[in-house]
Amino acid sequence: MTYDLAEKLVNGDRLALAKAITLVENRAHGHEDILEECFRNRKPAVRIGLTGAPGSGKSTLVNAMIKLLRAEGKTIGVVAVDPTSPFTGGALLGDRVRITTSESDEGVFIRSMASRGAVGGIAEATDDVAVLFEASGKEYVLIETVGVGQAEVDVAASADTTVLVLTPEAGDSVQTLKAGLMEVADVFAINKSDRPGAERMALDIRSMLEMRASEKGWTPPIICMSAIRGEKVDELIDEIAKHREHLASCTSAADRERTYLVVKLKRAVERMLKNDLWRGPDGSALEKIADDIADGTTTPYAAARQILDRYRARSGQGE
Amino acid sequence: MTKKPPDKDYDAAKKKWEDELASPKCRQMHDRFETISFREIKPLYTPEDLGHEVPEDYMDELGFPGQHPYTRGVHPTMYRGRTWTMRQFSGFGTAKDTNKRYKYILEQGGTGLSVAFDMPTIMGYDSDHKRSEGEVGKCGVAVSSLADMETLFDGIPLDKVSTSMTINGPAAILWAFYIAVGEKQGVSSDKLRGTIQNDILKEYIAQKSWIFPPRPSMRLITDIIAYAADNVPQWNTISISGYHIREAGSTAVQELAFTLADGFAYVEAGIEAGLDVDKFAPRLAFFFDAHSDFFEEIAKFRAARRIWAKRMKNKYGAKDPHSWTLRFHTQTAGCSLTAQQPENNITRTAFQALSAVLGGTQSLHTNSMDETLALPTEKAVKIALRTQQIILDETAAASTIDPLAGSYFVEKLTDEMEEAAEEYFRRIDELGGVIPAIEKGFPQREIADAAYRFQRALESGKRVMVGINKYFEPGEKVTIDLLKIDPRVDEECRENLRSLRESRDNKKVKQTLAALKKAAEGTDNLMPKILDAVRAYATLGEIVDTLKSVFGEYIETPIF
Amino acid sequence: MSRPIRILVAKAGLDGHDRGAKVVAAGLRDAGMEVIYTGLHQTPEQIAEAAVQEDVEVVGISSLAGAHMTLFTRVLELLKEAGAGHIMVVGGGIISEDDIVGLEKRGVAKLFGPGTELPVIVDWIVKAVDAQRAEAAKE
Repeated sequence: MTYDLAEKLVNGDRLALAKAITLVENRAHGHEDILEECFRNRKPAVRIGLTGAPGSGKSTLVNAMIKLLRAEGKTIGVVAVDPTSPFTGGALLGDRVRITTSESDEGVFIRSMASRGAVGGIAEATDDVAVLFEASGKEYVLIETVGVGQAEVDVAASADTTVLVLTPEAGDSVQTLKAGLMEVADVFAINKSDRPGAERMALDIRSMLEMRASEKGWTPPIICMSAIRGEKVDELIDEIAKHREHLASCTSAADRERTYLVVKLKRAVERMLKNDLWRGPDGSALEKIADDIADGTTTPYAAARQILDRYRARSGQGE
Repeated sequence: MTKKPPDKDYDAAKKKWEDELASPKCRQMHDRFETISFREIKPLYTPEDLGHEVPEDYMDELGFPGQHPYTRGVHPTMYRGRTWTMRQFSGFGTAKDTNKRYKYILEQGGTGLSVAFDMPTIMGYDSDHKRSEGEVGKCGVAVSSLADMETLFDGIPLDKVSTSMTINGPAAILWAFYIAVGEKQGVSSDKLRGTIQNDILKEYIAQKSWIFPPRPSMRLITDIIAYAADNVPQWNTISISGYHIREAGSTAVQELAFTLADGFAYVEAGIEAGLDVDKFAPRLAFFFDAHSDFFEEIAKFRAARRIWAKRMKNKYGAKDPHSWTLRFHTQTAGCSLTAQQPENNITRTAFQALSAVLGGTQSLHTNSMDETLALPTEKAVKIALRTQQIILDETAAASTIDPLAGSYFVEKLTDEMEEAAEEYFRRIDELGGVIPAIEKGFPQREIADAAYRFQRALESGKRVMVGINKYFEPGEKVTIDLLKIDPRVDEECRENLRSLRESRDNKKVKQTLAALKKAAEGTDNLMPKILDAVRAYATLGEIVDTLKSVFGEYIETPIF
Repeated sequence: MSRPIRILVAKAGLDGHDRGAKVVAAGLRDAGMEVIYTGLHQTPEQIAEAAVQEDVEVVGISSLAGAHMTLFTRVLELLKEAGAGHIMVVGGGIISEDDIVGLEKRGVAKLFGPGTELPVIVDWIVKAVDAQRAEAAKE
């Protein structure tokens, strides 16, 4: 059944793609088979991460980019990630509202995802969704996240090119932007730049960039634009293309692919290991170990070593 | 109790009011007003009537009817001179169907019409547009062209009626249809009387029937205001509406504050466009909700008049007293009605209507009991109208002016409403004004929070709706008759448009639309160009599409 | 822990009365569901396409302008055409008793009339999705 799904997906079946995303998102039974099949059939897409504060206009920008890319005949997959409420486990995913593709356009596929906090691995999940999009023939994959937590930064950072979307309202706070967020940006987009403060903000960013040595020979461009009016969106897309050319000039495509695959491999191994580990008897014994740590019988470090030793022994026996 | 002689201002104001009352233009409807037990009722009661001293701030906060700050009412005689207009909103099906209903209303002695348009018209789509499917003529009348407007007012002389049109996004176009019908009837535009709602700001805040983004929408509005000042001087160019804000779930204070803030934004836009404030402010009218909390609503209406008068005079430097007066229409709260035990809605509506009258409304629409289920039937509409007539003719609530003035509770509530509204104005100013606040979702978020809080309170039983969370009757079957819209309406409207598009001069349509597009790209007043296109029988949808090609469309970020 | 219910909340038709849709969307989120909100003025085609892409278990449609017979019926048809007839369609708004009966006959799983309280809606959806998942697990 999972093979069928992968085959249909590769042949462009939208329903199959939607179902495969669900399986991957839930890490449900059979999802690894699908990923494997899709991985074999994928053609690497242009992966663009978009991140920024709530209200910065990311979805509007995605919408504007879709319009331009579609005009060139490109096919696009979008995954928009919004946070899950840590209290209720629910989420309100509203990014579709701003993305107004024509209703019969089969060249665009949009999927909303909740970060499902504690489950973790959202960066890996979106990355896997990108694989599914690639297998279904999408030439561009846009990954949109709210740049508020480390997980979201990771999501954006795993794309080829990361666009940080800012608004002039945040003008005074460029200094206080979340550490790590400035660093992931390959391109800065100052949206709603018709509002006062855009020029100043561009200057602020420019001087901050000058303070740090430009790594890898790439100085992130700063584009003052307006997503809602579609102004300078083409320029943004050009800069993204330039960034890709830059990547291509300093490393070979094969090397980049290799780096990307290693990250993927590591993530997959870590997740599988984790699942395996906690699915075993040590998962259920956790309460008991916690009690032991709490009453001082053991320490977290000793307990961790003990669990790992037992796991190795268990795996050894399995061989 | 000590009695201090009233101060000079008070005496002068009182004398002025008494003189106005005695003047021939303030004729009262009866020589003597009395209670049901034949005791005389005076036009106005003040602290003097109880032998109390007049409070120091009386003149600043209350004053006399027809005088600044108008807390006690906008006319010297209020309902003793002229009753409020009983204006029932109606429209359904084709222009022909509604024309029949209007003629019936006029035959019954009505002098005011209030047009309800269907959703496609409100959103600027022609009846034959794909998006109109299933909605033509459902919630109001379908009007796609001057031809439809001619049918709608066929046999109704426009110099004899005043017409209110609930239309916002495409207000300029529907208004142009109306002006053009006047031309065909030989009625010049300076004789036309009526109102277009034309309040786009509340669309972004609450009602969500927008077409263009806020800034070009504001331009259309200032174009209308300027055109009216020169050509249609008796027309109310905006009905600044709190009704929809309240229905979207706001509190009374939010309704008051956001509505007045919108009003001030229009005033500022007019001034910025180079117009003299006293030339257009007298043509601004208001539209409020009358909800179920009786005294809070009365306080809201009184506070609204006071805030408007003070700001227009002090902040915007208006000199014409007509610019200071806040005149308003009221509709009872649709959102307070229940589908369960619908007859109870008659009672709810009656209390709400009474609060509007005690709050000094200029016109009133009472909802029909079946409106949570469908458009009202004729019988339900009649009961709603009778409710107003009972208030006027049986309760004597309208026989004295501002009867709740001096109530400790109502006066305190009025003060609190004013203070809370001022606080909202401050917050909106901090955000850079109404439009930036809307763009940041501020009023939308305040309203969504209030709506959700109310829903939660309802579920916890803290708020009660009879028939919903108390005194409900499980398994109840609704037994009232409902109005059904004939399915042929869709077809008929499409057919009308088809023949119109064939018979008109299509070359002229193209020319006038091209001229409109060019004007939209520049800064000239758009009304004359819209009128040219309308006279050539360009349709609503064609004109809207032309403007969309320049202005773009608005998409909101939903706020929960 | 079972995975969250995914539900699409859509405001169909041209009217802008989204108070109900938004209050319900917020309530479903607070009940632990993943709610995809489409925004206003959605056509049946947009609703069906979004439901397919998002692979939701339920579509909730709010309609207050009297076009519900046309809109709901069309969404059901389109879902079927797309091979997604398994997605449950529920709705709410100003809909008369007669029309509720008519729409439920055409395949709308449930209609919530005016004044329905949030917990009633949440309970109904949770039970219906549980049943649907149990059914799917058997296959």
